[in-house]
Amino acid sequence: MKVGWITRLLATLGYGFLLAPIILVCIISVSADNYLGFPPSSLSLRWFVALSQNSEMLSAARTSLLLSATVTLIALAVGLPAALAVARGWAPPVVGLLLSAPLLLPSLVIGLALLIVLQPLALLATLPGLALAHLVVVMPFVVRIMTTSLAGLPPDLDDAAATLGASPWRSFWRITVPLALPGVIASATLAFLVSFDEVVISLFLVGPRLTTLSVAMFRYTERHADPLVAAVAVTLVAITVVVVLSVDRLVGFSRTIGRVS
Amino acid sequence: MVRRVKRTGWLLCMPGFVVLAVAFVWPMIILARMSLNETADTGAMVETFSLATYRKLAEDSFTWQMTADSLLLSATCATFALLLAYPMALLLFRSTSRFRHLLAIVAVAPLLVSGTARVIGWLAILGDRGMINNILRFVGLGVQPLINNWTGVRIGLTESVMPYAMLALLGGFGRLDRLLEEAAATLGAGPMRRFWRVTFPLTLPAVTAAWLLAFVLTVSAFITPHLMGGGRVFVLATEIFDAASVTLDWPAAAALSIYALVLLMLLLGAQATLLRKRRT
Repeated sequence: MKVGWITRLLATLGYGFLLAPIILVCIISVSADNYLGFPPSSLSLRWFVALSQNSEMLSAARTSLLLSATVTLIALAVGLPAALAVARGWAPPVVGLLLSAPLLLPSLVIGLALLIVLQPLALLATLPGLALAHLVVVMPFVVRIMTTSLAGLPPDLDDAAATLGASPWRSFWRITVPLALPGVIASATLAFLVSFDEVVISLFLVGPRLTTLSVAMFRYTERHADPLVAAVAVTLVAITVVVVLSVDRLVGFSRTIGRVS
Repeated sequence: MVRRVKRTGWLLCMPGFVVLAVAFVWPMIILARMSLNETADTGAMVETFSLATYRKLAEDSFTWQMTADSLLLSATCATFALLLAYPMALLLFRSTSRFRHLLAIVAVAPLLVSGTARVIGWLAILGDRGMINNILRFVGLGVQPLINNWTGVRIGLTESVMPYAMLALLGGFGRLDRLLEEAAATLGAGPMRRFWRVTFPLTLPAVTAAWLLAFVLTVSAFITPHLMGGGRVFVLATEIFDAASVTLDWPAAAALSIYALVLLMLLLGAQATLLRKRRT
């Protein structure tokens, strides 16, 4: 069926509206102005230079990298066994839904609840406190993706390995792990991105001593209206695109993620 | 054997359950408990077991005004997001272009860009020295306030839920059968008639699902209303945040959270009932 011109026109409008802020962010990241405006009076890389000298943003970026890497590893360690149990039918499918429950609630409410609990324990503005908070919203993604990915593996292979005399442990390491690796890499990437981008929950739990990059960007935007955050965003998007594309090359992201939805 | 497998299964799920209990269930219980405390006039928290905080909120006309504003804002943004996303989804569904796959990725790619960055983009478009106001100034219409007010929040929020609306629409367009549209064309129906009598009714379930998703997401959105509203737009989410970290009134913040959760649950319940009715 041919696409009518009205549909084409309206869809173009929709795409324009959806992409306008992102295109503008890219343009103003190379603006030479001190304010957020368009068109920029001239172009320069001064905001990227300013970013490379902004110790607040840089230390927040280091915290975020460390935090997200830690959270990804723990989320895999905690989520993989559960996903395996659900995929193999050792535990009822409702377990997957149960572990995804935090995604149903507004993250603002989860953030407040964690603030109230972590404050008396002196865990505010600490890595363990933030890691625990991020784990709640990252774990559901790992469990979901890994469950579908593991359920797609033929169980006959394990039986075949057993018939050929391999111990369950050996067949797990030699059969299940290599076959599940693409799913693991895909869910690790997504877990890292979700944690790195998380801002609302972290907003309640960070402090002057320790803050994440996404919170630093948010706070900066509250106080200043200049293109620095645009420079941060463009840098992040560039890194994200490179990471996602190379993971896609490596394991076929769209295949692994596509099966989830 | 089966019992041992069962036990292994539960054992494997244990770490996940521990995390869920410690970092989700327990905090939510404490949050509910906190909402039953009171705040004295001095601002100090009083440990009690009463509904005083809820009563105070219910008696404050501001709470009701803010609820109405929040729900109206969400309904508006969900509707605009659907109006904009529907033709995009239809285009993706019908297109046979080799760029179809790329267009689908581009439609949800904004999810990978942080919400704060997208707000910055909108500020550069809508701000006093932004794109639109520069055009208005050029044609001699003068500067219009488009940020730090409801207009800015509506625009930013609509854009921020569009990728989710797209996902929900694309997922539900499967019921749309090209053959039915072609049959209508063969029988002599014009494009307009075909759309309103065949295409739109078939995609209505997807539209309803996408609208409700967008609505629920905008009710709980915080970043965009906070940054685009410039402290002059009050919705449920900004009120919860202000009570928790500006006025430091934890019982009020907790009570508002429970109130918001009940509202969302009612909405989800209505959605479930609606969907069930359609199916039977």
